[in-house]
Amino acid sequence: MDRTETDIDGEAAGEPRKVRGYAEVSHETGSELLEQVLGQRARVSARLGTIGAIIAIASGKGGVGKSAVTANLAVSLARRGARVGVLDADLNGPSLGRMMGLLGSKFVDRADGVVPPVGAAGVLGISTELLLEEDAPLRWKGPDSDRFAWLGLTEAAVLREFLSDVVWGELDYLFIDIPPGTDKIGRFLDLVPDPAGVLVVTTPSEVALSVVSRSVAMLRDAGVGSIGVVGNMSGYYSPDAEQPLALFSGDGIRRLTESTGLELWAEIPFDPEMGARTDGGDPPGASDDSLFGKAFHALADRVERGVGGRKAAL
Amino acid sequence: MKFLCLTCDEVMAFAERELPGDGTLTVIFTCPGCKREMALLTNPMETQLVTSLGVEIGGRTVPQQPMQQTRMGLESPLEDAFEAPETPPAARGPVTWATEATERLEKVPRFVRGMVKRIYADYAMEHGIHVITPEVMDRARSDLGLEGM
Repeated sequence: MDRTETDIDGEAAGEPRKVRGYAEVSHETGSELLEQVLGQRARVSARLGTIGAIIAIASGKGGVGKSAVTANLAVSLARRGARVGVLDADLNGPSLGRMMGLLGSKFVDRADGVVPPVGAAGVLGISTELLLEEDAPLRWKGPDSDRFAWLGLTEAAVLREFLSDVVWGELDYLFIDIPPGTDKIGRFLDLVPDPAGVLVVTTPSEVALSVVSRSVAMLRDAGVGSIGVVGNMSGYYSPDAEQPLALFSGDGIRRLTESTGLELWAEIPFDPEMGARTDGGDPPGASDDSLFGKAFHALADRVERGVGGRKAAL
Repeated sequence: MKFLCLTCDEVMAFAERELPGDGTLTVIFTCPGCKREMALLTNPMETQLVTSLGVEIGGRTVPQQPMQQTRMGLESPLEDAFEAPETPPAARGPVTWATEATERLEKVPRFVRGMVKRIYADYAMEHGIHVITPEVMDRARSDLGLEGM
């Protein structure tokens, strides 16, 4: 039976009544729901209108170093004079607040939005780490039954507020650190449907290759034009060894670029000292001539070229 | 979500919203043709779905405050995550706070205090009130449906 045709008790036999469907009736219900949703989108657009390039750092796979790449890339560009912000979209497993040296910093509460704190190299940032008591898990108020039904909506709304209600001001780059899970990439694209680019972070691991390939497919399906691959933990360069030591048995970085046709924007070696500095809130980025530093220097160069350079969209 | 009066074939119009305070929601719609009324009743989970969307059926009673959903929704928030601007906005109008109202405001968790203070101040200005007292705060809560503030 057609969904818009229903037999109603009392109608003449054989005369099904036509009931208009949702799209056939006016939106003027007085509920103002559509207006509010459109208003939310407008606030996001208005706030992001002063940002030159919004770039997501994604993977789909956890543990590949997205946050560390975000932090080090952000400071690398900031030290070149760019105005940079970072948004930690990993609400449940935040780490960018710590990595950017923002722990203990406060937001300034203004009527037009909250002013984010300034972290390493002058980078602005927001993360749930700055909003929660130490070691407290992220939990939302609400009825205990069927939490799964509304948690996703709540988290999407919070991310929307991170975009629309933070006084980002004029930025050259806003980097958004996307949590693991290809669904989280989709959620980001719902909020920012036309990012300047997405950096896909992977490792040589074969397992990472499988997951990251799916993320690339999702990004391409969504029409994202600028996608770059960042191969993280490509090897361990010990001062005592002539050749880099492999951390993984696979060759996933090369295989990803070959299978997808995407360009490798940077290969970043594993460096325990640089990792420790990043974890401690002082990401070194491209600050020295180490292999790690050179890798981020090259990545910063490539990002500037790949998204059209600073202020491209201003 | 829309409701169609099958008798008149007209979209029913929002009339009234009630929040009893137990997590449920009552929304009354009226048919503009035959004036028949109906009530949408939601359980706490269904109410939360609407809240999670960041919308209020029937329209907002007060303007959305910055990061309102985040601040109202978080359990275990860091109380001093937000601080007031060094220079308070000068163009807020001649609204002052009675001592009792200030004391009551001090009991609001710091995480949301600035936001709540702005809501009361805006309410007072809109209603031509120059001094915010606990009674004004009660009236604002009632008028604006500010559960939990």
